[in-house]
This record gives sequence, C-alpha cells and structure tokens, in this order.
Amino acid sequence: MNAATFAIIVASATPLIFAAIGETITEKAGVVNLSLDGSMLLSAMTGFAIAYTTGSVELGLLAGMATSGVVAFVVAFGGIRLRVNQIAVGLILTYFATKLSALLGGEFVRKPGPSVQKMSLPVLEDIPFFGEILFQQNPLVYFSFLLIIVSFWWIFHTRRGLDLQAIGERPEAAFARGIPVNSLRYFYTVLGGAFVGLGGAAFSLDAKMGWSEGHIANYGWIALALVIFGGWHPLRVAFGCYLFGAIQIVALKMQPTLPDLAQVLPIAPFPLMILTLVFLNMRVVQSFTMRFGGIGRLIRGTAPSALGESFWPD
Amino acid sequence: MNALQQTKYFAGAITISLVVSIFFLWLVEAPLVDTAKLLVEGAFGTNQRIGDTFMIWVPLLLASASLVVTFSAGLWNIGVEGQIVAGAVAASFVAREVQGSTAVVLTLMVIGGFVGGALWGLLVGVLRVRGGVNEIFGGIGLNFVATGLIVYLVIGPWSRDGVASTGGTEPFGPQAWFPTIDGLRVSPLALIIAFVALVSVMFLLSKTHFGLRLRATGKNSLAANRFGIATSRYLLMAFIIGGGIAGLAGVTQAGAVYHRLVPSISGGYGFLAILIVLLARFRGLWVIPIALFFATIAMASFQWQLRLGLHSALGGVIQGVLVLSIVLVMGYQEGRQHREQSNIRGNTAL
Amino acid sequence: MSLELRAITKRFGSVVANDTISLSVGPGEIHGLLGENGAGKSTLVKILSGFITRDHGEIELDGTKLHLLSPNEAVANGIGILHQEPLVFLPFSVVDNFLIGSPKEYGHAEAYEALSRISEQFGFDLNPDVSASNLSIGERQQLEIARLLWLGARVLILDEPTTAISSTQREKLFATIRDLAGDGMSVIFVSHKLEEVQELCDRVTILREGKIAASVDLPSPVEYLVSKMFGTGVLPQTRRAKVNGSSLLELVNASASEQPGQIIDANLAVTRGQVIGLAGLEGAGQRTLLRAMAGFVPFTEGSFRVQSAEISELDYLDRLGLGFYYLPADRQREGLVNGLSITEHVALSVTDQSKVIDWNVARSEAARRIDKFSIKGTVESTPESLSGGNQQRLLLALMPEAPLLLLMEHPTRGLDIESATWVWSYLLTLSESGTSIIFSSSDLEELTTYSDQIAIFFSGRIIDQVDASEATVEELGLLIGGVRQR
Repeated sequence: MNAATFAIIVASATPLIFAAIGETITEKAGVVNLSLDGSMLLSAMTGFAIAYTTGSVELGLLAGMATSGVVAFVVAFGGIRLRVNQIAVGLILTYFATKLSALLGGEFVRKPGPSVQKMSLPVLEDIPFFGEILFQQNPLVYFSFLLIIVSFWWIFHTRRGLDLQAIGERPEAAFARGIPVNSLRYFYTVLGGAFVGLGGAAFSLDAKMGWSEGHIANYGWIALALVIFGGWHPLRVAFGCYLFGAIQIVALKMQPTLPDLAQVLPIAPFPLMILTLVFLNMRVVQSFTMRFGGIGRLIRGTAPSALGESFWPD
Repeated sequence: MNALQQTKYFAGAITISLVVSIFFLWLVEAPLVDTAKLLVEGAFGTNQRIGDTFMIWVPLLLASASLVVTFSAGLWNIGVEGQIVAGAVAASFVAREVQGSTAVVLTLMVIGGFVGGALWGLLVGVLRVRGGVNEIFGGIGLNFVATGLIVYLVIGPWSRDGVASTGGTEPFGPQAWFPTIDGLRVSPLALIIAFVALVSVMFLLSKTHFGLRLRATGKNSLAANRFGIATSRYLLMAFIIGGGIAGLAGVTQAGAVYHRLVPSISGGYGFLAILIVLLARFRGLWVIPIALFFATIAMASFQWQLRLGLHSALGGVIQGVLVLSIVLVMGYQEGRQHREQSNIRGNTAL
Repeated sequence: MSLELRAITKRFGSVVANDTISLSVGPGEIHGLLGENGAGKSTLVKILSGFITRDHGEIELDGTKLHLLSPNEAVANGIGILHQEPLVFLPFSVVDNFLIGSPKEYGHAEAYEALSRISEQFGFDLNPDVSASNLSIGERQQLEIARLLWLGARVLILDEPTTAISSTQREKLFATIRDLAGDGMSVIFVSHKLEEVQELCDRVTILREGKIAASVDLPSPVEYLVSKMFGTGVLPQTRRAKVNGSSLLELVNASASEQPGQIIDANLAVTRGQVIGLAGLEGAGQRTLLRAMAGFVPFTEGSFRVQSAEISELDYLDRLGLGFYYLPADRQREGLVNGLSITEHVALSVTDQSKVIDWNVARSEAARRIDKFSIKGTVESTPESLSGGNQQRLLLALMPEAPLLLLMEHPTRGLDIESATWVWSYLLTLSESGTSIIFSSSDLEELTTYSDQIAIFFSGRIIDQVDASEATVEELGLLIGGVRQR
C-alpha cells in the first residue's frame, strides 16, 4: 500500500472519528445515546440541505451539529429529567430520526451540492510519506485530528475531564463531593451529540458527498460498536475507526478479484468487537492487565461503571 | 385514582403525538382530510389492500411476540433482526434442499426456521451470560453478521445461475410457497402461525410456571434466585424461545412474501416491533391492535405516496412521534408514582 | 470550630426518621452518635452532607446558619464527611482521587504537594501514583480524610468508619482523630459499636427510632448505654420448654469472608427443633454466618455437616433441596419480587412439577395463606404496597410447610408489635414441629425470649454460647459490647 491509499483511509474514517469520539464523550459521562444511526442520518440531511440552500459548507456543518445536539438533548431530557430508560429513548429516536431524514430530505436527493474543499497545510505537507497521508487533506480531517488529541487530553489530563470521568463512574460519590452531576451530564450528552452530528454532516459534505435516503449505511451502529471496541478511550477509539477505514478500502480494492469477500468485509468490525470483548472479559486477561497502570487501562477498556443509569439525588 | 391519573397522562400523550403529527403533515403540505381518509382506505379499501395489510401484520406480530418473551426476562433483544434473518436462511435452506409435498416442506421450513432463529438468539444469550457481552451490542453485532451471511449466500453459493447480484436467490419451488387465497397476497397459514405464536407466548408467560419464573427473573433476579430459580438458565431459554419465534417471521417472509431469499428479508420489521412492544408496554394482548395499526400506517404510506405524492417515510415519522411521546410521558408518570411510593415506604433506605 | 444542631426533623411519608434531634459539638470535642441500624443516624449524616434536606430545624457552624441544600454547600462550608464507603473512584490514581471535586484552580502540582504534606503530618503512607483500587479500605479512608482537610474541613463527621478495617488500621484512624481534635477540630463519630465510642469519644448521643434516647458524657456505664440503644421490646414472655431433638447440623472450625464481614473459626451444633439466636453488634459476623450456611458465601475452612453429611460444597439451590430456607433482612430487594402479585408469589413458591399453573387453585391457595398468616392485602396485592409486617408474613407464607432449617435475619425488624408477636408465635409452632431456626437480631429481649441457645459474636468470632434461660438482657449487653467474657 502506498501513501495515497493511507490518505484515503484517513479521509474515509473522518466522519466515524467525529461520531465515535462524540459518543465516547457522552458515555464517559454515564449517558448512553443509542440514537446514533438515526441522528447521524438526520444531521447528514440537514447539513447537506442547509449547505445546498445557503451555499455555505460551514453553515451546513453547524446545522448538522445542532441537529444531533437536539436529538441528544431529548435523550438526556428523557433519561435525566423524566427518568425514562435511556435505551428505549435512544432506540425510538433512531427510528424516528431515520424516517424524518427521509421525509424532509426528499427534495435534496442526489442533487449536486457544495462540499468541503481540500486545503494542504504548508510545510507539513512536504514531510515525506506522512505529509501526503496526514496533511494534504481538508480542514474537517485536520479538525478530527484535533478532536482526537483534545478529547484525550481533556478526559485524562484536565481537572474538568476528571469530573467527567467521575460522574460516569460513581455519580453519587461525585455528587457528594459537590460536582453537579446532572447538569454536567446534560452538557456532555449534548456536546457529544453535536460531534455525532458533525460526523453525519461530514458524510454528506465530504466523505460521501450528497444526500440520498439511508445515506450513511449503518455507520451510526458502527460508531457505537467502535466506542466499545475502543474501550471508551479516545486514542483506541480512533485506532478502531482507522482500522475500520482500512478494512473498507481493502474490501474496495478486492472488489474486482474477490467480489464475495468484498461484500462481506464491511461487517468485520462487529465480530471483531464481540471477540475483543469476550477476550478482554476472560479472567486471565483481566488479571493480567490489572498489573499495568495507564497501558492496562488502555487495553482493558472498561465501561464507565454507571453507564446508562439515571442518577437521582433524592 | 391511580388508574384515573394514568388515563389522564395517556390522553395527554396521545394529544401531544397528534399535534406533532399534524405539524409534520402541515410541514410537508399534506391535505389533512385526504390523508386521514386514505389512512383507512389505503389499508382496508379493497380486499387486496386488506390482504396486504395482514401480510405486513404477520412479521410484526411474530417479532413482537419474540420481544415480549425477552423483555419479560428483562432483556433488550435488539438482535431480533438477525434472528429473523437466521430463520429465513434456515427456511430457505430447507426450501432449496428438501424435495417432497408442500405439507412436508412447509413443516420442515417452520421447524428449521425456528431452530435457526433460536440458535442465533442463543448465541447472543451465551455471549451475555458467559462472555460478558451486553445483549444489546451482541445483538446488534450479530444482526450485521446475519446480514453479511445473507449477502454472501445470495451472491455466492445460492446465487442465480450466472448472475452474482444482491437481488435475491432463485425463487423456491412451488412446494415451498405458503398457500394464499385467490387474488390476495396474504397467506392465511402465515397469519395462523403468527397468532399461534403470539397466543402461545401469552399462555407461556401468564399460565405456566416457566413463564412466571421468567418474569420473576426479569423483575428481580436476586429475589428470583432466592425462590430457587437458576436465573441464567432462564435467560438463555428466553433467548432460545424469543429467537425461535423471530425465526418464524423469517420463515413467513421467505416462504409467504418473497418466495426466495433476499438481503432485505427482515424488512426492518424487527426494529419496528421494538417500538410496538414498547408501546404495548410488553403485554401480548395489546400487541395485536398496535401491530395492526402499525401495519395500517405502513399500507397507508404507500397510498399517500401514490395518490397524494407524499413521501413514504411519513408513516414512519408518525409512528415514531406516537411511540416517543407515549414512552416519555408514561415513563415520567411512572417515575413520579414510584417516587411517591418509595417516600411512603420510607425508612428501608435509612 | 463548633457545630450546633437544633430540633432537626425529617419525615419520609409517615415515618419520622429524625425527630427533633438537637446536639452541639464544641471545638476539640469528639462526639459519638450511637444507635442500631435504622435508628436515624444515616438520615442525620445525609442531612449534614446536603444529600437530603431537613423538614425543620437549624444547623449552625461557628455561629453561622447553614441552609445545606446541596453537597456543594456542605463542602464549601467546611463540613467534611467520611462516608461509610469512602467516596473513592477505584479506577483512578490516588492523586486524581485527591483532586476530584476540589476547586478548579488546584492542579496536580498543588495536589501532590498537599497530599504529601498532610500525609506526613498524620503519618499516612499514600503513594499518589498508584491506582486507588490497590488501597485497603483503611488507606482509602486516609485518602478521604487528607482530602477533606485539604479542602478546609472545620467539622469532621465519620460515618461508621470501622466497619471494614483491621484493628491496626483502626488504631491508626483513632490516633488521627485524636490528633485532629487536639488541633481544635470538632468531630462526630457515628457508630453502632459501643466499645469504640467508649474508647474514643468525649460525649455520646444515642439515637433510637429517630429520637434522642440519651445524651451523656463518657465514660458511662455500659449497661446504661446498651439499655438506651437497644429497645427492650414489649414482646410477650413465652419461655418454652427445652427441646432435646436429635442432632441436625454441625459447624466445625468454619471460616468464611465476604465484603464486608467475616467469620473465623466458628463452631456451632444445632439439634432438630432448636432455636439459636445470634447476638452481636452489627457486622460482628452473624450475617456472614447465616449467608454462608445458606450457601451464598463459601466456607474457606472447616466443615459443615448436616445429619453427618458434609455439605459445604453444595450451592444454595442444592441446599434448598435439602430443606434449608433463608429469609433476608432486606425483604424488598432480596426476598420478594416487586410487581408480582401475592398469587403469583404463591405460584412461584410451589415446587410441583406441573407445567401449567391453575390460577384458580393458586388464587384460592393465596387467599388461604393470606387468611392463615393474617396478611393485610388481597390476592392481587404486590409487595411494594404492603407494610413491613405484612411483607414478613408473606415471606413466611411462601415458605415450604416444614423446612428442616430456617435461617433468618432480623425476624421482626421494622415490624409493628402485633406482627412481631404473630411472627414469633408462628416460628415457635414451626420449631415444635421439628424445624430448627437460626436467627440474628439486635433486640436483646427477642434473643433471650425466643432462643434456646444464644451464640455471641464479636469481631467475626463466636466468643460465647449461653443458655437463653440463664441469660439476662444486661449480661448479654456486656458480652456483645466485648466488655466482659464469662
């Protein structure tokens, strides 16, 4: 494989990075937003529709973020304020948002529209090999790099990130220490949702330009699976996204020679995720990784303990 | 007083969903009266349409019956789609390989489909009980694996002669077709299977020791264990039975609707059934009218598209609005009631 | 630094958890708050931590009135609480734990510095970089104390801090508390352990059933404190004839441990129809023994024989088959299934092999048992709608007719007198028909009245076994408190 292939992998994984990291942020706070497959679709649609109507890609991306932010807010409101099961709300919203994207996106189907323009970074683009892979891309791709690094740094190396982990891990203890658990959960759910939306819009305005029904082809579920595969750790989640991107490209390249396998390869992340989980849950592996600090945490990748549970102070 | 309060909240939820639905109708410039008229006419206007409505009703009933079992055991079996696929694949295998009279072939298809779905469900269960993989993600994962399997079969070993397309396999021989009444697309046999399955589930859950233990496990597995119930065995049984019934939906989709294996064999009915069961609050009896209503909306969607030029997704949006408002509002009401009760009980938490 | 509580009252529905509680803690004072489970200590701690809000009453810290509407406010006002389960986040490092919830201007540099400074002052040995999951419970408490001091705690409230720590760690903790009091800190030490309060505190307030039962300077005679702490119930005196049944079970040098709780080297012999009471302060091992006998906690050493057959390898379901039965203290969480009706519970409890339930039979059986056990409810009632007394009657009604061995935690806790009397008259009938009963209780009157033999637990060991007919409540109190050995 040459640098150009790697560049394509990086570019094609970008929307997934946004969605999976966004969901990682949400789940770190202890909220599970299961609506990804629907809300990404809806954001892909609104993002494209706004960009198409206004001619502004930036506005389109913002609209995509806002859309999934609103969907995420419904999940948070249902799960936190109304105390309804987050899984139920997420699944219903998946269905609803999917259908809504088809309904409202009808007039934009298969129309040529604006897209994110390539912008090589001066100096960096000339780095041999890596320059072509990483720095002859578009601003969205650069932003995804930034998001990986900043989310990692924020979660594991800042005070507020510590609070974020705390509310997903032991909300009652965090609350007793004076951290406003539910307000923060609202914030991170909506923030994570906004990145999910950016992932959706990144499809229709960049990775798979344009809009059609079911445009993002199960990428929402894939993003959810990658969060687990990535052990709720931004770096490993990102690794999973690129790995998936690579599998996709390999599948594409095999299309002419091995058409059967090429059709089936896109499902590879799921068995991979399941086997990874089963492997990591084995007692031997658990006790082995316990011996290492940060690296062990990266490998073990345990879910936030209070994931999906409502916290009621009274 | 409780029932009254519940009714009030329910009425409120229905009102909300009506208002929101009308908003969406207005948004897509749908004529209200015609749309409402076509809802009934589209699904029941002619014998053919009634037949088609019932044809959609069948997989919804079966998938819902499957979910009622797993929900009763406290499980989120999102893997129902994959179990439908597994049932369809197993039934297609029988239809392709077994030669014999219609009665023999259909019987074997039903048995095979049940076993196929049950095994696929059991896989999710084993991953959950032994592998520590949450049933939601195990289920979603296996849904995709099932889809991959079906695509592989359709374009690979079971492809039509000389054509490697995702369009579907060769149609089954006539002995593997579910019989229909002249002029209608619905197979009475499929409808009978659906009702037998649903009634069996209701009977199982409400009238048998097994069902009672399953429900106890779903509500409080610690206390259920104290009553001498081996809870993880019951969880696995729920996956086997639920998966098997979902597999039957695959059988009827393959044998009574498409008469061959196609990649989109589940038609998304498994996922839609999750909404139905949430709306029915996991009760089998309520599944019957709600599933029929959802089938009605699905049929009306075709007519709205055909006659009024509206988008076919409109029906799905209305379904989503309805379920979302009812689940949110009723969940809120239950939460309040629960809080009041726990305040009265009081000092257990001291 | 002084804390003043005036007439704190908190109700949950019809239950008054705290009824006009007043107490004041001066600078340098270690104030004990003593009482059995359910006496209202936890509610008071939760009010002071801002977790729940009081209905009435005033809280004053150094002359300033506090609202305490949220934990945030408690932390900001210098009320430091060491919770029974330290508020430690296990996956995180010690220094991260130290930081969570502190003001945002503090960073890791400040945390390292403060942690090492405070650790040195009190002789704590905390490595800031290890994962908190590697710390013992005692070290987690040290981490929390250090954190509270760093955040400027002016009052320190310790909620049952000695439940899960070793005696060496306890000595260390007590030394720390004394040092802090020496520096003028006001300390509230919440406990149900009499001897610890005696050892550590200057003054004690005893709570019982939500009210102040006594408030005295220490030291004070043990029997006085016990009498204030434990209710001397109004149970009818029905001393019964001694039973001389055949041997049923034998526990030899048995040890087991769970989190929290342990039993060490326990010996117990029980005959058919015998009633054995397990006495001891909360957490002294009674609960672990009952759970180990039921099969929820494995015996790590020793042997457990029933009618001469070794059964320590059998699990709970097997032991059910032998005729064991276990009734938990937490009837709602562990005993009954909320949402299922009494009829459904009855159908759940029958072990007949038929597949189909005859609901008419089940309903009439449920009605019969509701009648026989005087349960105030209908066949359609669900457990969450029943009072504690009726829940206990329902649990008894669901038991097989004549179990071989009944293991029971706190048979009458939370029950009204009528239910309590009824429960015991039923249990005694059972024992007369051959059922052996082993029960734990914190009601001394209950223990002396209904047991044949009383096993006394202290720190995980059975330190004595007495004939109930010869035991008095006073003597039992002394034994339980570990003050005296016979």
